Amino acid sequence: MDIDFSPEDAAFREEVRTFIAENYPQEIRDKQKRGEKLTREEHLAWHKICYKKGWAAPKWPVEHGGTGWTVTQKYIWGEENALAETIPPLPFGMNMLAPVIMAFGSDEQKKSVLPGILSGEVWWCQGYSEPGAGSDLAGLKTRAVRDGDEYVINGAKTWTTLGQYADWMFCLCRTDPDVKKQEGISFILIDMKTPGITVRPIITLEGGHEVNEVFLEDVRVPVSNRVGEENKGWTYAKFLLSHERSGIAGVARSKRAIERLREISRTEVSGGAPLIEDQDFARKISDVEIQLTALEYTELRTLASESSGKGPGPEASLLKIRGTEIGQRITELTIEAVGYYGYPFRNGPMADGSNVFPVGPNYAAGAVPTYLNTRKTSIFGGSNEIQHNIIAKAVLGL
Amino acid sequence: MDLAFSPEDEAFRQEVREFIAAEWTDDLAERQKRSKTHHLGKEATIAWQQKLAKKGWMGINWPKEYGGPGFTQVQKYIFDFELNAAGVPLGENMGTIMCAPVIMAFGTDEQKKEHLPKTRAGERWWCQGYSEPGSGSDLASLSLKAEDKGDHYLLNGSKTWTTFAQYADWMFLLARTDNSGKKQEGISFLLLDMKTPGITIDPIYTIDLPAIGHQEVNQCFFEDVKVPKENLVGKENDGWTCAKYLLQFERGNAYAPRLTRVIEHIKEMAKKERSDTGTRLIDDEDFARQIADCERELMAIDFNERRVFAALSTGGAVGANSSMLKLRGTEVGQRLELLATEAVGYYVMPFERDTDASLDGLTNQPPIGPDYAASLAPIYFNHRKTTIYAGSSEVQRNIMSKAILGL
Amino acid sequence: MDFSFTEEQSMLRDMVQRFVRENYDLDARRKIVESEEGMSRDHWNTFAELGLLAAPFPEEYDGMGGSQIDTMVIMEELGRGLVVEPYFQTVVLGGGFIREGGSEDQKKALIPGIISGEDIYAVGFAEPQSRFNLFDITTKAEKSGDGYTLNGYKAVVLGGPWANKLIITARTSGGQSDADGISVFIVDKSANGVSTRDYPTIDGLRASEVTLENVAVGADALIGEEGKGGPLLEKVVDQGIAALCAEACGAMKVLNDTTVEYCKTREQFGQPIGKFQVLQHRMVDMFMEYEQSISMTYMVNLKLDESDAERKKAASAAKVQIGKSGKMIGQSAVQLHGGMGMTDELNVGHYFKRLTMIDTLFGNVDHHLRRYTNVDRAAA
Repeated sequence: MDIDFSPEDAAFREEVRTFIAENYPQEIRDKQKRGEKLTREEHLAWHKICYKKGWAAPKWPVEHGGTGWTVTQKYIWGEENALAETIPPLPFGMNMLAPVIMAFGSDEQKKSVLPGILSGEVWWCQGYSEPGAGSDLAGLKTRAVRDGDEYVINGAKTWTTLGQYADWMFCLCRTDPDVKKQEGISFILIDMKTPGITVRPIITLEGGHEVNEVFLEDVRVPVSNRVGEENKGWTYAKFLLSHERSGIAGVARSKRAIERLREISRTEVSGGAPLIEDQDFARKISDVEIQLTALEYTELRTLASESSGKGPGPEASLLKIRGTEIGQRITELTIEAVGYYGYPFRNGPMADGSNVFPVGPNYAAGAVPTYLNTRKTSIFGGSNEIQHNIIAKAVLGL
Repeated sequence: MDLAFSPEDEAFRQEVREFIAAEWTDDLAERQKRSKTHHLGKEATIAWQQKLAKKGWMGINWPKEYGGPGFTQVQKYIFDFELNAAGVPLGENMGTIMCAPVIMAFGTDEQKKEHLPKTRAGERWWCQGYSEPGSGSDLASLSLKAEDKGDHYLLNGSKTWTTFAQYADWMFLLARTDNSGKKQEGISFLLLDMKTPGITIDPIYTIDLPAIGHQEVNQCFFEDVKVPKENLVGKENDGWTCAKYLLQFERGNAYAPRLTRVIEHIKEMAKKERSDTGTRLIDDEDFARQIADCERELMAIDFNERRVFAALSTGGAVGANSSMLKLRGTEVGQRLELLATEAVGYYVMPFERDTDASLDGLTNQPPIGPDYAASLAPIYFNHRKTTIYAGSSEVQRNIMSKAILGL
Repeated sequence: MDFSFTEEQSMLRDMVQRFVRENYDLDARRKIVESEEGMSRDHWNTFAELGLLAAPFPEEYDGMGGSQIDTMVIMEELGRGLVVEPYFQTVVLGGGFIREGGSEDQKKALIPGIISGEDIYAVGFAEPQSRFNLFDITTKAEKSGDGYTLNGYKAVVLGGPWANKLIITARTSGGQSDADGISVFIVDKSANGVSTRDYPTIDGLRASEVTLENVAVGADALIGEEGKGGPLLEKVVDQGIAALCAEACGAMKVLNDTTVEYCKTREQFGQPIGKFQVLQHRMVDMFMEYEQSISMTYMVNLKLDESDAERKKAASAAKVQIGKSGKMIGQSAVQLHGGMGMTDELNVGHYFKRLTMIDTLFGNVDHHLRRYTNVDRAAA
């Protein structure tokens, strides 16, 4: 047992760090700092730079364009990117759809879908949740009816993250309404330019436009766009969800957020002294940092068992639950730290091209919106209650 | 809305204080202090109850016709508060709180005459025969058999968690008289003289390890125990009605008065104890903050209870709100008792089990560490029971989600 | 990076597991706890025969040359068995002082006594007024001739009644709470002027109040440098915390397994209570607390040799985790067992009491949150 990184790993870390420092676009970094909203192209910029370097998809197998790194190297890559707060490649294609295509897609689909994801040319969104199917995903109703070589799709999807920018959507549809709810679902790829698709923004409580409703009205999709077998979509959906959960602990990101919280509390003043010297507040930071250390070592343990060949188990649910709770706690403390300057509301704090200076310190403007927005993390990706159910069943055998 | 007490109420408060000063004698106080869980033991408990009874202050919730004192809601509150503030136990017990209301509501005139006066006078100690090894939270599934033998029932089976059965003169119990219908049907409410042959009492020692013979709970076994039919309360097979009626009496009490005393006690200790930095513990920022947080919780409980009980005096019912009172009262109580253990540092660890001799004050070993330290861990461990008994916290939440939220 | 155990460590774990399985069910433990002495000398001798007492000592002193990880493995398994014999006091703490602070001569003279099972140690670090501050010491050691004379009082010396050797912290200079001026002594319990009052503790151990009245010791009783015992004390206590965390994890694991098992079999309202979601989620929370505790236990045991600041932060962070998780798991295990959890008859209450006392030992959650924060501030 030891926790040292090998000299090779240390050298690799240095290489990654240098690469990020030298190549991450300054104008994007500035916008991030000011809490401004990014354009579609800016979302993809870092992805494309990594693609040129051959580092866009470290988790992928080499044959599809992966890097062939060790588990430790992948971990280092993730950690360094999080610490540098780079904008990661969109997860929908890279981490969610791609593993499904690799495992269950036809050769045709592999050829047509994967390269666009790898290069960042094609933007994917996820068509899972529906107004009536949230935690009980299998209760979805969007209907795909076979008509010759096509499916005709009718229904509505919701919580479609960044769907307003998407070129394609992977979608769960009901192809057989007469069997058990899990058994009549198919996994279908839909070109967002197909007639009959309407995307309607959902403005969330902090005022941002991140998620959408997508309406499908007589949308005709070639049968060849179905992944795997008809009515076996639930299997693929579950496979995807297990991939969605890994890496969701967000340890490095939370570390960075704690660091930022410390910076803020060195600037903020309480009772005439820096807030960080306030015993109560410092103690709260310590407390969340200790929780994060525990999560970090739990993730490292998971990682170690993955590299020894055991896949990520239902323990990934633990990483999701604790990771999101800790992330939320940090945003809560950040609000406490900025005091009254949490009040001013810039509509929207992430508006395109806004050059109005924030009221109060720069770091205060995003505090409350971030807190509000982060409430979603314990709801999406399988709510934390659902994750509890998964552990109860799969780990404790209840 | 008004927080002030009337002059009459203040006069009553004075009367309670004077009574305590006169009657809560040093030997009672000493006896209580010597027990790690602050139990008076059998004789002293009876002596104290008889003093209260003489004053007319037993069965404080009883209607006047049965000898109750006719307290107003405010007087009840003051009475409760003053006794707790002085660290003095109430005389109320299983008999006065739980058994008597059932006898009043469902009993025959003979039963009333036989049991109520003695119960109120502190001359009849009751224990409760409800839970069974297989029926805890799911009380209605109980299976203690009461077979109809003409003029009597024959009891066979067992009861568990029977509080102070070893001291009790009588037990009120639920037994199954019919197996054919729904589980709630076929239960009867019986009164049993504990001197009846065929009863075996097995002590259960809880994790706080009370003195041998002074266990708080027991398992009781019944082998062909005869219960005369005149000891059936209410109708045969209708005992579940009595049981449900009784449960509302079990939970509808105020917690704030006792918890206020606990917090005062923590503060007293924290004034004597030293912090890591050598200051008084009460001046330690972390500890003081914890006390403050507990006090805030307690304030909420206090005002919550006052609101609920004020509604009572204008004719409202406690109803499912009693679940909330029990939940908050017990959970905050447990938190306070844990905080109390933290006040004394390492001196929470020593534990010398009580014995008859130590309880009677016949040993004269000085305490290890400060004299208030020895009780803290036993009370903390013992009071883990409070979220389990009388309807566990989980059951209380179920009741509230159904009855209040309509889920 | 590697979280696996060596083959030797796995064998060590199997060995302690077998010992616990064969000798330490609840009834057996109860007999030991209720016996006159409160521990089993036979088991102690078995520990010696199995080589457990030699585990963390260098081979040149006839030890097994094991690492902190070996100690962690042993302590975790002893925790699962709720073993009362003073492995922690003797090997981890007593042995720790000698290994970390002893001279060559002291090591040669003292380690064999531990390994053979002949010597049992107890450590007097707390005083009635000290609360959890290791440096708050009023016990005095004054130079006299070649040696020292000790006067003072030590509180709640765990394992005191079993020990023949006491490690005593005393002040050779400085003010009552100064970091400087602390010296560590090894004192024979049978020495003139040492008197004890022995008693049981709430978690089934034994402890002593120790009075030292003009106790004369030689120069060779001093461990480490005179007046420089503070850092030694903190280091050994941090090692102790690391071991204690492992013990706590063992206890938590038993409680979690027992609780899940109980909820699968206990039926109420016509089904196993483990089918109720509200109880399932509570057990999942218990599971997560345990996993986080194990992670922190590995972390602290792997970081004991890092810089003082890193080590202190690691130890305090782990102790906070253990304190919180132990409380949550202990309380939940009792709650989910219902009335049965309240009885002395089931193992649940015994583990719960031990976990509660582990939170107190070397400082509770509040204490270590503050220590962590202070180390962090000093580093900034």
